[in-house]
Amino acid sequence: MFEGITRSLSEAFKKLRGRGRLTAENIREGLREVRRAFLEADVNFNVVTDFISRVEAKAVGQDVLARVDPSDQIIKIVFEELVGLMGPVDHKIPQRADRPVVLMLCGLQGSGKTTTAAKLALTLKGRGRKPLLAAADLQRPGAVEQLQTLGEQIAVPVYSENTTPVDVCRNAVAQAKRTLCDTVILDTAGRLQIDQELMDELKRIDKLVRPDECYLVVDAMIGQEAANVAKAFNDALELNACILTKLDGDARGGAAMSIKGVTGVPVKFVGMGEKVDKLEDFVPERMAGRIMGQGDLMGIVGKIADIQKEISAEEMERQQKALQEGKFTLDDFRKQFETIAKMGMKDMISRMPGMSDMIPEGEDPEEALKRVQGMIDAMTKKERADPDIIDQSRRRRIATGSGVEPHEVRQFLGQFDQVRMLMKQMSQMSLWQRLKMVTGLGKMGAFMPGGMDNLKLKGDTGHRKSAKERAEERKKKNKKKKR
Amino acid sequence: MVFGRIFSGIKRGLAKTAGVFGGVFDLLRGKGKVDQAFLDELEKQLYLADVGTQATATIVDRVRQAFRDKEISGEVLEFVKAQLRELLTGPSDGIVYAPSGPTVVMIAGVNGSGKTTSIAKLANRLQREGKKVLVAACDTFRAAAVEQLTVWATRIGCEIVKQGQNADPAAVAHDACEKAKARQFDVLIVDTAGRLHTQTNLMRELEKIHRIVAKQIPGAPHEVLLVLDASTGQNALTQAEQFGKSVKCSGIILSKLDGTAKGGAVFGIKQKLGLPVKYVGVGEQIDDLEPFDPDGFVQALFEKA
Repeated sequence: MFEGITRSLSEAFKKLRGRGRLTAENIREGLREVRRAFLEADVNFNVVTDFISRVEAKAVGQDVLARVDPSDQIIKIVFEELVGLMGPVDHKIPQRADRPVVLMLCGLQGSGKTTTAAKLALTLKGRGRKPLLAAADLQRPGAVEQLQTLGEQIAVPVYSENTTPVDVCRNAVAQAKRTLCDTVILDTAGRLQIDQELMDELKRIDKLVRPDECYLVVDAMIGQEAANVAKAFNDALELNACILTKLDGDARGGAAMSIKGVTGVPVKFVGMGEKVDKLEDFVPERMAGRIMGQGDLMGIVGKIADIQKEISAEEMERQQKALQEGKFTLDDFRKQFETIAKMGMKDMISRMPGMSDMIPEGEDPEEALKRVQGMIDAMTKKERADPDIIDQSRRRRIATGSGVEPHEVRQFLGQFDQVRMLMKQMSQMSLWQRLKMVTGLGKMGAFMPGGMDNLKLKGDTGHRKSAKERAEERKKKNKKKKR
Repeated sequence: MVFGRIFSGIKRGLAKTAGVFGGVFDLLRGKGKVDQAFLDELEKQLYLADVGTQATATIVDRVRQAFRDKEISGEVLEFVKAQLRELLTGPSDGIVYAPSGPTVVMIAGVNGSGKTTSIAKLANRLQREGKKVLVAACDTFRAAAVEQLTVWATRIGCEIVKQGQNADPAAVAHDACEKAKARQFDVLIVDTAGRLHTQTNLMRELEKIHRIVAKQIPGAPHEVLLVLDASTGQNALTQAEQFGKSVKCSGIILSKLDGTAKGGAVFGIKQKLGLPVKYVGVGEQIDDLEPFDPDGFVQALFEKA
């Protein structure tokens, strides 16, 4: 899969480190990398071209900061520009006292309108509103039934009749007034933006029902086509916002940038997963990281902060202290597992590019977690505090107790040993370094330019090296750099 | 004759929209030299058709090497076409049938790629060719997916095996195989629920269906077709790779080619994974599924509207 652009950028900017200023000449190669990354993320070609020239204009003339990697400097500019382009976002949904608010969803076939309609209804419910779903997709077989089933699941009324889409929408609004619903969500049929007949139908609904807001539903996996689609729908309907779906996959979602760049329509919400759950607010900072292939760092930061609130402050302090002393026990490990499980393991993994490679082929991450938890549960208190005492006979007992093979227990203990070491090193890093590392686990090289060398921070080698040894080490390092 | 009809189908699909590649056409009609500006423009047009970084770089490089600083002529157009054509395989021979017993065709793809509609079109097509077709509604996950396939089956008059929602899809596949064998169907088409290739457990469920089918009918599934939305960008490559890994895809159905999307991702997929396109969906009607014809595909990209 893709690697973040940080690495290719730092390659391109190596020569620049610590000297002079950024000029059009010396950043050209780096910007080419940025461009390639955007094109691979399916950002529209013309939008990329504009964007790159803006970044260039901003970067040229800046002094290369003495202690900062020039590639970081460029990434910062790119990141800020990206956030500026995709933001700001208003996550409010209008509300009126005198009549129900009407929200219309439209988009291509298969972009996820019906599922999104249900998710939007659930989101509104969560905000204390009373939504009504209108099944205006009379085109696709089974679409009405699908919305009815989903409506039942989330306990939201669904209005349907077998007439025309325009009538369904109009009567749904009347029904909402009668039943005191405050928001109507129109689920229209999927259509191609070049299908004149169907686009006219949308315009008719727009004219007769006068929706307060129109949302375009877009599949995050869409390619260059995003720009054409958004433009056509925006010309026909004047879109208020966009909802990006299927973001739980590994598509980089360049569409968010293409659509805003071409039409000025912002993304408002994102859909994650087929399960009917609330829509998530679109956060430009997260999306920027994702498009740049840096993983959803901001997303992880947010989630960790949420969970930290749940875990008591003392517990955190105790863990931190134990870490620093290198006394990380299996009990602590298990607690961390629970934390990860709370975050949703799959969720974590899908947010981190490269991470999915860590789980063995065909292995469900949650299953793997459960197995390890079982092993820890099968240990005595003493063993958990000091895993070094686990010998063959203890190992066998643990294996029987948790239903695994003895060699699996040994394997796990070996892995734990490594984790313990990592933990000790991590306790000496800044939060940012830690995050960088977490996202790189299992695929160290890709996310840590320079490889494992950066990992060792204050650790010592145990003995004082002689001049000869130091010279040899230097040679090795240089060789590595050259490669 | 046959070729003409097929060709016109693709052309009909792409005709509304030849605008994008029409750009290349105009470009190649232009006067002047094959210089950097020309190559940049060619690159842009290829990118806009979702051809992707790797395949685009390959083609632009070859044009650069062959025609650097020469006059733009019809030869360049032919060359670009030939290069694009070379990235694809020979014409699709459609479904490869089992020597005896029912032929099983399994359909997979991400959510909303157009699996169910493509199955309806494919079943209709095979029935017209005189085959006795059975469909298995193994998408028991999405609300009303079974109803959707049932409606289609009634419309085209083919038989369907189904259970209720949330039934085990592998069980449905099992029953369908039994029925196909007992009642001597020629073709069994297995619909599956849409799933993102990153969802490990769902991919394993797909593998299970694959295994069950193979156990019931030796050599099955004879075809595993990945349904790919023509508007998909570079993620199409990852999709093809992951689905290929778990259920060994034998080909692609490129759906929704009647929009302005060009489906250029198939060049990259063929280049990287060797997976050929077998059918293309060119409209919303039941007859709008054509065997993939690479010459027509490349040619249609350059047709003027």
